[in-house]
Amino acid sequence: MNVRLFVWQRITAAIMAPLVLGHLAVIFYATTNGLSAAEILGRTRGSVGWALFYGVFVFAASVHGAIGVRQIAAEWGRVRGTALDLLMFLFGGLLFLLGLRAVVAVVLP
Amino acid sequence: MGDTLDVWLWRGGEDGAYRRYEVPQRQSQTVLDVVTYVQRHLDPTLAYRFACRVGMCGSCAMTVNGRPRWTCRTHVSKVSDGGKLEIGPLANLPVIKDLTTDMTRFFEKWVEADGRFVPSATRHDPLPRISPESDARVEADAAIECINCGICFAACDTVRWNEDYLGPAALNRAWTLVNDERDAGNTSRLEAVAAKGGCHACHTHQSCEQHCPKALNPTASIAGLKRRTMKAFIRGEIK
Repeated sequence: MNVRLFVWQRITAAIMAPLVLGHLAVIFYATTNGLSAAEILGRTRGSVGWALFYGVFVFAASVHGAIGVRQIAAEWGRVRGTALDLLMFLFGGLLFLLGLRAVVAVVLP
Repeated sequence: MGDTLDVWLWRGGEDGAYRRYEVPQRQSQTVLDVVTYVQRHLDPTLAYRFACRVGMCGSCAMTVNGRPRWTCRTHVSKVSDGGKLEIGPLANLPVIKDLTTDMTRFFEKWVEADGRFVPSATRHDPLPRISPESDARVEADAAIECINCGICFAACDTVRWNEDYLGPAALNRAWTLVNDERDAGNTSRLEAVAAKGGCHACHTHQSCEQHCPKALNPTASIAGLKRRTMKAFIRGEIK
């Protein structure tokens, strides 16, 4: 971990903090009228707001998680050098793609 | 209080083992007294390190019943486990022989953390006036009494699993200099402690604070360095 990674991890944590609260609030709200796919998709499809909300969330989580996994691999797995950075980018990229796929699936009309 | 202590001392190098000795128990006896008794009366080949015997020099740190401690200021009555004492060399440092460790790595980290004062004036300039109440001086004061004993280094989990980590003592030293208004070396110092293995590797387990015999809080110093380096990085002052 160096200061560059530390700043990225802290900034993405700061971005995610309100988004997590928003996400939790939506979970409570969504279950009040019975949880159904139709209701969820009715709220998210075509919505630029939800696309931005969860798009930013996915990006921040990918960056934050990838830096954390890099640190775990370095300290527990003794991974070093280029392999360590490669692992971080691959894991972050995978998280981002999977997350983006989920966002696209619920916001595209 | 029993008559004798059941003392187990580490003997040999890295592949050594604990050996048992019987040592008379006395009032106000320190762990260093016990080790000294063994060397003077039972086995003169025992190797250990001490100098001042009054908690100033930082030479006599050892692992006592599983915890790193300064042995000259540790009373047997406070740490013995029913009259049993297990005394070994400090962890996270190579063992030279018996209770002595090679502290080269520990002190090299101080150099790597730019832990030396860089003067900003010459001897011909007037002495700077620094208020004892100034924020920087208060921060430096809280961290300045380190005796270089290596106990925090031995207690630190991050030191154990990350060989690049500078460790609590070196970072604590860097923090005192960052807060020294007379010092002119902060750009390179902040870069040194913000690099791989620097202050950001700390997991805030606070073992250093828990074990520091001088009751310092290196974790707080490291947190200060994290804040200061983050600001410097965002402002573009360090890379």
